[in-house]
Amino acid sequence: MERIPILRMGQFLLVTIQVDMHDRLALQLQDDLTQKISECSSRGVLIDISTLEIVDSFIGRMLANIAAMARVLDAETVVVGMQPAVAITLVELGMSLSGVRTALNVEMGMELLYELRGDFHAEMGE
Amino acid sequence: MSKLPEIISRHQDAIRADWLKQMSGAVRRSDLISNEEVDSQSRELMTAIATGAKSGEVTNVDGPAWSSARETLGAISASRAKQGFTTGETATFVLSLKQPLFSIIRKELAASPDAMFDEIWKTTLLVDKLALVTADAFQNTREKFIARQQEELMELSTPVVKLWEGILALPIIGTLDSARTQVVMESLLQAVVQTNSRVAIIDITGVPTVDTLVAQHLLKTITAARLMGADCIISGVRPQIAQTIVHLGIDLAGVITKAKLADAFALALQRTNQAVVKLSGENGKKTFFKKEE
Repeated sequence: MERIPILRMGQFLLVTIQVDMHDRLALQLQDDLTQKISECSSRGVLIDISTLEIVDSFIGRMLANIAAMARVLDAETVVVGMQPAVAITLVELGMSLSGVRTALNVEMGMELLYELRGDFHAEMGE
Repeated sequence: MSKLPEIISRHQDAIRADWLKQMSGAVRRSDLISNEEVDSQSRELMTAIATGAKSGEVTNVDGPAWSSARETLGAISASRAKQGFTTGETATFVLSLKQPLFSIIRKELAASPDAMFDEIWKTTLLVDKLALVTADAFQNTREKFIARQQEELMELSTPVVKLWEGILALPIIGTLDSARTQVVMESLLQAVVQTNSRVAIIDITGVPTVDTLVAQHLLKTITAARLMGADCIISGVRPQIAQTIVHLGIDLAGVITKAKLADAFALALQRTNQAVVKLSGENGKKTFFKKEE
């Protein structure tokens, strides 16, 4: 069965969605990702959707769900590279993904993750 | 069987000469169109009418035999609409064909008044229908004109300006309706991608009123930009507008608003780790931007 690869980069996980997301694939990704987060005790997840051109409310909800699940497992989620058309569609569908952090590209997303984790360490006095 | 086709084809040149004379009396706009052009237009149309009439369906302008006449008229009206003729002047161009036709028919059928009346009635019907075709084509051209201008206005009125590295500004002038919001949103998001900007300043100094609908459109734009990873700052909120927003109960929590574009720019610089620094020394008035370490 088709799977979306999840790459480990230090304390973060990198997911690049490069195929059309259908519902089964999305659910599979949810499973795999939560599994991997707890396995590697990752502190952050970066989801690159720059090649994703079509979204529906299900995919939108799935992104929000993944972020919420990762949050529970103490990992920040950053969605990067959303296409303008995708952003407009999601807004028109009434999905603002308010719990998800976003960045323009992978580089900025990584920066944001480090920043978020940095704050966390500072709070903990490390 | 109508005699009209035969009369027209036989006297084509005479009719045209009389017609041109009629036109010069009625609506000769030498400031808009040259004699040669009128001449060639009338020649074209006369030939097309003769072709149409030959089919025998003298008053059925919608038929296939008249297609060339319709096309010619369409082209003439379109060019006249662009040249700045009024609807009346364009219609008169065709309607002034009546009198030359009538006088020819009168000359030809002087012997039988009944037949003459018949032919005159048919001619009236024919010319009226041709005039209607003209008016329609004229109107269409004008409408296309207006639609295109509206489109151009829409694009003109929503420029996205790059203020600094990673900072975009979007000055909105005029009321935000759904159609414009769409254009604004698309051009902003496109610019965000192209310039890799992290902060976008939406300046609403030029928006006359903000009601719930406008606010909703603004929020949509901001949400879409956020989804892509760009933060939005609303600037140029006038005191009256601030009052209206509160009175209407519009929730702008989660949106950064600033009174002036300058304030928003300062915040944007801070967000992108940049600063404006005053140079000390002789030319202390100079300022420049630098990236903070």
